[in-house]
Amino acid sequence: MAAIEILDLEKNYLVGFWRKRAKVALRPLRLTIEPGEVFGFLGPNGAGKTTTLKLLMGLVFPTAGSAKLLGMEIDDPRVKSQIGFLPEQPYFYDHLSPRELLNYYGRLSGVPAKVCSSRVEQMLARVGLSDSAGVQLRKFSKGMLQRVGLAQAILHDPKLVFLDEPMSGLDPMGRREVRDLIQQLRSEGKTVFFSTHILSDAEALCDRVGIIHQGELRGVGAVAELLSQTKGKVELIFVATAVPPAFSHLGAEARVSGDMVNAVLPQEHQDAALDLLRRERLKLVSLTPVRSSLEEYYIQKLRPAENRKGAGA
Amino acid sequence: MNSAESQSGGINSRIALIAFNTFREAVRDRVLYNLIAFALLISGAAILVGEISIDIERLVVVNLGLTAVSLFGVVIAIFIGIGLVSKEIDKRTLYTVLSRPVRRWEFVVGKFFGLTGTLVVNTFFMALGVILALLYVAHRFEKMDWWVLAALYFIVLQFFIVCALSLLFSSFSTPLMSAVFTFALFVIGNLAEDLRGFARVTPGLAGGIATALAYVVPNFSAFNVISQVAHGDPVSGQLILYNTAYALLYSAMAISGAVLIFQRRNLK
Repeated sequence: MAAIEILDLEKNYLVGFWRKRAKVALRPLRLTIEPGEVFGFLGPNGAGKTTTLKLLMGLVFPTAGSAKLLGMEIDDPRVKSQIGFLPEQPYFYDHLSPRELLNYYGRLSGVPAKVCSSRVEQMLARVGLSDSAGVQLRKFSKGMLQRVGLAQAILHDPKLVFLDEPMSGLDPMGRREVRDLIQQLRSEGKTVFFSTHILSDAEALCDRVGIIHQGELRGVGAVAELLSQTKGKVELIFVATAVPPAFSHLGAEARVSGDMVNAVLPQEHQDAALDLLRRERLKLVSLTPVRSSLEEYYIQKLRPAENRKGAGA
Repeated sequence: MNSAESQSGGINSRIALIAFNTFREAVRDRVLYNLIAFALLISGAAILVGEISIDIERLVVVNLGLTAVSLFGVVIAIFIGIGLVSKEIDKRTLYTVLSRPVRRWEFVVGKFFGLTGTLVVNTFFMALGVILALLYVAHRFEKMDWWVLAALYFIVLQFFIVCALSLLFSSFSTPLMSAVFTFALFVIGNLAEDLRGFARVTPGLAGGIATALAYVVPNFSAFNVISQVAHGDPVSGQLILYNTAYALLYSAMAISGAVLIFQRRNLK
């Protein structure tokens, strides 16, 4: 049984004064996420990421198509106690303290009163908010609110966690903590579906990524596979204060940085370049094949269809 | 416990949790501070009429006190009621509630009970103020003063209807328009008996429209027994029963309307 099964889910909004014009928010989307997978949903702002998450959460209703979470229809009330959701830029009841808020959400999620309080304290400690557990949320910074958001999403020990832009607005330390948390969720066997436009986060965390643009899923790929693809080029780093003139005949693009030279050249000229370094008695620091990056895959998928065909995508 | 019982227990518990959170929000947003203004008004009035002493102290205190209870409550019911759902959508606090095992109707009903609960507590303290003021000017509690409690009960029933209406309007309209609609219905509803009288003497289509309108708008005039109890006249048991059934039915219908609209609403 798939953790998430989306079957041609589609959303159009009626806009204009008479609400007769349809604006496409999500074109028919077909996607399957397996249990235990960390899936990154990538795309620029307004691509349809949040619409997809809202459809899966039952906050907006699909124009067509259907979806199943943990084998149950999305409108099945039983599924809601097994999923956690962090909305984009979360805003909570600011008259409550994190402790009160988490107790409220825990009880709403069906956590028994007897265990709810201890679970809340554990969760506050896990996101580093034990010291401010009694302070009203109206006094919290954006980063602290994001921590509260993460705590409420995983408080009831859900099997499936949806995070909408979880790193948005966080400082480097906060981003690191969120990354660690997602890694922990993975090690606990949870399925994580998160949207982001920060590619380095997706590259570090995801098993697979989906690229969405203008409401259309442009591609899905396994991150490890994408990153292992070589591009027929190698990168040479060696100790020198200038680029040896012969390198230009090897088709190398080289730059000097301090007393190091970084040169990228076609793989077939690798042996010739190494011979050259030996002759010139230059010390080699590293030789690595140039691999594809998630950024390249992302940019390629975001290009219009005709350009992608031209680029051999 | 079988699964049906467990399910219904869960529903009740979720509605109670949402209602309590709504009540707590109102209290922390200092809604009950209106009690200070009310206390100043009622004690000022009691002292003033106590000094004038022309044998209408009781009449003035009951009239003024109950009218103030009603107006203060209606203002709170409208201004909080119109934001109960729309504020949660605007601030997106609703997202983390509805992504849990909470049905949309449970949310609306919980919000309704939270606000009516706030108003009941508020009215309790205001009623206490009226009774104390009454004791201050009359120096004793008479049998006819029991009818003041009946008038207070009718005021609370009115709050139920006003809360339900403001929730209904806010489920499809902007907060400002919801406030205008609800207040307009409150005013028209207080003239419902006159509207019914007008409908009875108006022939043709206009009469038909007036009759329909008279029965659609909430009949708040039937709840207004302030002047009657101020004069010490009793309130019939039949009216108490009729008003109770009417308020519950009217509120239930308005809440059902709000739920039907909210069930279909996309939370963009």
